[in-house]
Amino acid sequence: MFPIVHQRQLSDSVFEIGVAAPAIARKAKAGQFLMLRVDDHGERIPLTFSDWSAEEGWIRFIFMRVGKTTHQLSHLGVGDSLADVVGPLGIPTHTEGLGRVAVVGGGVGAAVAYPVARAMAEAGNDVTVILGARNQELLILEDEFRALPLKELIVMTDDGSAGEKGLVTAPLKRMCEAAELDHSMAIGPAIMMKFCAATTKEFNVPITVSLNPIMVDGTGMCGACRVSVGSETKFGCVDGPDFDGHAVDFEELMSRQRVYTDIEREADADFSRECSCHR
Amino acid sequence: MPPLDETPAEKPRHKPSRAPRTPMPERDASERAQDFDEVSLGYSEEQAVAEANRCIQCKNPTCIEGCPVNIDIKSFIARIIDGDYGAAVSVLKERNALPAVCGRVCPQEEQCEAVCVLARKGEPVAIGRLERWLGDFDLACDLDHRCAPEVGEPTGRRVAIVGSGPAGLACAGELRHLGHAVTIFESLHAPGGVLTYGIPEFRLPKAIVQAEIEMLGVMGVEIVTNVVVGATYTLDDLLSEEGFDAIFVGSGAGLPIFLGIPGENLNGVYSANEFLTRVNLMKAYEFPKHDTPVWRGRKVAVVGGGNVAMDAARTAKRLGAEEVFLVYRRSEEEMPARREEVHHAQQEGIEFKMLCSPQEILGHDGFVTGMTATRMELGEPDASGRRAPVCVMDSDFIIDCDTVIVALGTRANPLIAQTTPDLEVTSRGYVKTDEDGATNKAGVFAGGDIVTGSATVILAMGAGKKAAVAIDNWLAGRNG
Repeated sequence: MFPIVHQRQLSDSVFEIGVAAPAIARKAKAGQFLMLRVDDHGERIPLTFSDWSAEEGWIRFIFMRVGKTTHQLSHLGVGDSLADVVGPLGIPTHTEGLGRVAVVGGGVGAAVAYPVARAMAEAGNDVTVILGARNQELLILEDEFRALPLKELIVMTDDGSAGEKGLVTAPLKRMCEAAELDHSMAIGPAIMMKFCAATTKEFNVPITVSLNPIMVDGTGMCGACRVSVGSETKFGCVDGPDFDGHAVDFEELMSRQRVYTDIEREADADFSRECSCHR
Repeated sequence: MPPLDETPAEKPRHKPSRAPRTPMPERDASERAQDFDEVSLGYSEEQAVAEANRCIQCKNPTCIEGCPVNIDIKSFIARIIDGDYGAAVSVLKERNALPAVCGRVCPQEEQCEAVCVLARKGEPVAIGRLERWLGDFDLACDLDHRCAPEVGEPTGRRVAIVGSGPAGLACAGELRHLGHAVTIFESLHAPGGVLTYGIPEFRLPKAIVQAEIEMLGVMGVEIVTNVVVGATYTLDDLLSEEGFDAIFVGSGAGLPIFLGIPGENLNGVYSANEFLTRVNLMKAYEFPKHDTPVWRGRKVAVVGGGNVAMDAARTAKRLGAEEVFLVYRRSEEEMPARREEVHHAQQEGIEFKMLCSPQEILGHDGFVTGMTATRMELGEPDASGRRAPVCVMDSDFIIDCDTVIVALGTRANPLIAQTTPDLEVTSRGYVKTDEDGATNKAGVFAGGDIVTGSATVILAMGAGKKAAVAIDNWLAGRNG
């Protein structure tokens, strides 16, 4: 069992949980993920680290309440525990020697962008973060990003309730046009990463994307997480989760992410009926 | 030679029965294909004794050499004949820590039973079924009364085992027997490896796997789940910070092999590994009581001809598929699956489409709607000695299906090699070892599928046991 040692709510549907996992904390690096199972009947889901402390022996992740498992997680707090946590998995994000780089974090993707931007800044790169959300309520970790040694933090919301009104691709395009970028990275919903890739492609600015395909074991055994990159099929768990955004087939990724949507909606509806939160 | 009168009075000589081989009681195919309960019911005591009595107790029993872990088959059968079942279990467990598992999944017809003297003129003794009966006999006792294999005097040495599948478990049992402390690291949340995630409940009940593993716990084997060696710890971490004296890597099968044809990433295309893991390990057949879903196809095409393909096809049937096709590019004769599995699959209504080679998976809106295949015919023998399939010109046809399960085997898992640059692997990523399982890295041994590629449970167990002996020798040689 993995005891929960930290919990906070970041918005109506976004939460952060920290668990005591010293062995994983010692090894975690920016861009890597963990697999967890809430209880004995639970599914295994991948979540990317939002933070960790090797000294204090904890790891943290941020999630949005979207299905039964995240719904269950949203009800847990300090004193509860998770049945299973395993990691760190995946190849860490390449953060060295990138030069001038823009990191785009969209929605809950900001949680992954945070340690990535931190590692890139610590490695001496010139880092601009573009933080995007539908509205101010869903904007997360703004204060944490402000505390990093960034060149600039640009906040974008769809409705203009915080920062600039518009999509994350607008400032990304501006920076590309001004030839201010040597590299870029996008982490967020597949559709956002797809448009960031299209934006940078026009200017030949390389872009790394952190993909979140469905996984079962997360260790290179089942092949559920396969993604088409260029002409090849890659496995998100052991070849990724980072890939060249200009080569990823995002349409296929989005289609594969939806495979169980209908069946899972039923399971969450059942759970919601029995659950006390009446959301 | 001592004079005859000095030998103790012997009990009456065993007179072998000439009865035919005792059939295995099985559930009716139409009934069993509806649920996940076990297909074969196992012998009764009466049937086991009758079958044991068929053994002629040869002077030079060839069956023992036919067994990859050299179980003293003659001796355990003699004890069944004598009615001393406890002693029979002890004999069995001297060489095999998982008899109830092996009695179910070993291909005895290619091993011990293939070389049984009776097989020359008729049917061999059903050694596998007797092994299973003894294994179950032991499991039916309370844990305190079960046969616990002997544990050696503590040597003060600690060995880490990577993976709790057949290779790791067999290695662990043997190392405890030799007195070494053993910790197994398992990446999944439940131990057992392929016995747990791969082989279906109806062929190998998970309660049996867990009960056999429980006995290793009694022997002092520690199993730590949720640790991915190569990620949570590297091999070097285990040898340095974690203080282990040696390591056995039995990490098993890795990335599934796909066909490499168009449409393979459509929704509804599974690797057999994913499909079986969802159903067996994650219990997707009990969704939504268990949270993991599985796509329940109406018409399912399984590609491949091995045991895993049979398992996937029979599982799909049990999930409610109306039609399940087994698509294989050679003929039934060349199938690597056990005859028994092929037979069971056919009984359960799996439709065999032999000499068919998939060309493209067709889809609509991201989901599978069918598969095109080409008819094949058999040509000259290839490198494997089997006749190679050759395309028949203009013979493409469409198989109507909404799910495709690809069961073509696996490649090596890259995690350990990625984080252990000084460990030698083959060009295909498998760990290189000598005959006894030693790798090029001091103190690191390996065995099972991570060395040989996809093979059987018992071969992995044999490799694990062999490596345990090599580890023991290596530890003895170090600082004396």
